Amino acid sequence: MTSLLSHNPHTNSIGYSFAQPTNAGNTEHSYTDNGGSVLGITGKDFAVLAGDTRSTSGYNINSRYVPKVFKIGGEDETGKDAHILLSVVGFAADGLALKERLDAVVKMYKYQHGKPMGVRACAQRLSTILYQKRFFPYYVQAILAGLDEEGKGALYGYDPVGSYEREQCRSAGAASSLIMPFLDNQVNLKNQYIPGSGEGHALAARKPEPMSRETVEQLVRDAFTSAVERHIEVGDGLQMLVITANGIEEIYHPLKKD
Amino acid sequence: MNHFPGTWGRPRDDVYGPYDSSYLQTTGPKTHTQSPAVTGTSVIAVKFKGGVAIAADNLASYGSLARFTDVKRLRKFGDAAVIGFSGDVSDMQYIDRLLESIDIRENYSAHGNQLNAKNLHTYLSKVLYKRRSDFNPLWNHILVAGFDSEKKPFLSSADLLGTTFSAPHLATGFGAHLAIPILRRLFPEERSIEEISKEEAVSALKDCLKVLWYRDARSMDKYSLALITQDGIEVHEDQQIEAQNWAFAESIKGYGAQTV
Repeated sequence: MTSLLSHNPHTNSIGYSFAQPTNAGNTEHSYTDNGGSVLGITGKDFAVLAGDTRSTSGYNINSRYVPKVFKIGGEDETGKDAHILLSVVGFAADGLALKERLDAVVKMYKYQHGKPMGVRACAQRLSTILYQKRFFPYYVQAILAGLDEEGKGALYGYDPVGSYEREQCRSAGAASSLIMPFLDNQVNLKNQYIPGSGEGHALAARKPEPMSRETVEQLVRDAFTSAVERHIEVGDGLQMLVITANGIEEIYHPLKKD
Repeated sequence: MNHFPGTWGRPRDDVYGPYDSSYLQTTGPKTHTQSPAVTGTSVIAVKFKGGVAIAADNLASYGSLARFTDVKRLRKFGDAAVIGFSGDVSDMQYIDRLLESIDIRENYSAHGNQLNAKNLHTYLSKVLYKRRSDFNPLWNHILVAGFDSEKKPFLSSADLLGTTFSAPHLATGFGAHLAIPILRRLFPEERSIEEISKEEAVSALKDCLKVLWYRDARSMDKYSLALITQDGIEVHEDQQIEAQNWAFAESIKGYGAQTV
């Protein structure tokens, strides 16, 4: 009797009428982590999406310039006339495949409807694309940025299987645990109080206000220079894409290469 | 009776041993190519003024056995590109057949466009990514050397997962650990590719191959080296690593701390 109770439900010895799954289709060897971090912040009439340009596998640096932030729906290779930005961090091959699929979708939308796809629609479509691969996911954390119907900066953060949310700011990737708390404090002004406004619960919290583009760009640079100090997978260069009503501007800053 | 319906009516494991369910239908795909068999080691490459140099040794190993000593792991694609393969040799031959058929089709086509190295790299990386997504990977890490559509030197890598990246110098396998640091020291980022001569690039690759031969147990001293310039492709096969000096080996005892 004890032997029957000691059955391990995960061994073949139970003898189900179907064989146990083999290790084929095992996703363990289908992924790698290429490191790096990305970060997005929105303002009143702009959105900034930035990422470092290092590509790693394990302790190796593959390359010092592999961009992680892409223009979506542009005319040609240069991304002219694009109006949406996408950043992908995690497994770079999945990231690139995801970017190309979304790019194709946004272009097809334009050809079929004769107008550019809105960022809200694009955000929902990206979630659907990610969820379609729920059981063999794109191993990436994506961030989508653009300008909404009212011309305000819009930013959407995703998990690998398509859960998404519109946010003021979001960091993803290897150093997200270093950058996100910094953004909580500096963008959403968490744990910041107005001095002398009261005692205990009466103490008034500072209210977040829309920031200027200069302030946002400086925050992004500070976030990355700090992340580079403490995370080995982040470094080499900072690629920053800024989207405004006038189009997309690309800024490159060197980071430490150690 | 227990709560595993699958065991009901079957011989008890504790009496007859584990039930052999191997005759039952299996689920999931076949697993023949879930690991490499006969493999080639590093490929190394570097860009220089007006072209790209790429090299790989001529060995195909079967585990630790040096199985085939005359395998050419650099393959020409028309006169547009050279592809260097490391990893499984049979998968290399499959990809080579694939490229052969594309080359023939492209040459018979009427559009008159020539595929360049960048096009080829895009194609190969998508083949590799498709196969890994089907859980049936082509077990290779490849380097593609040639020119892009603007006639600028092009060098890029693609691996069995479909990961791609590009840099002024690249190496696969052991070369990523041993050759890349040498190449990064010889050709730092501040030095533009325009300042690197063909001769310098070739001698750097030869130095790297020698270090790999000294320290990579799955390497050999016979190698192939290809030069891609606007004038065409030169492939030098059956080259020999020259000026070998094994004197350093005498002084290596234990893991370094040992002196007697």
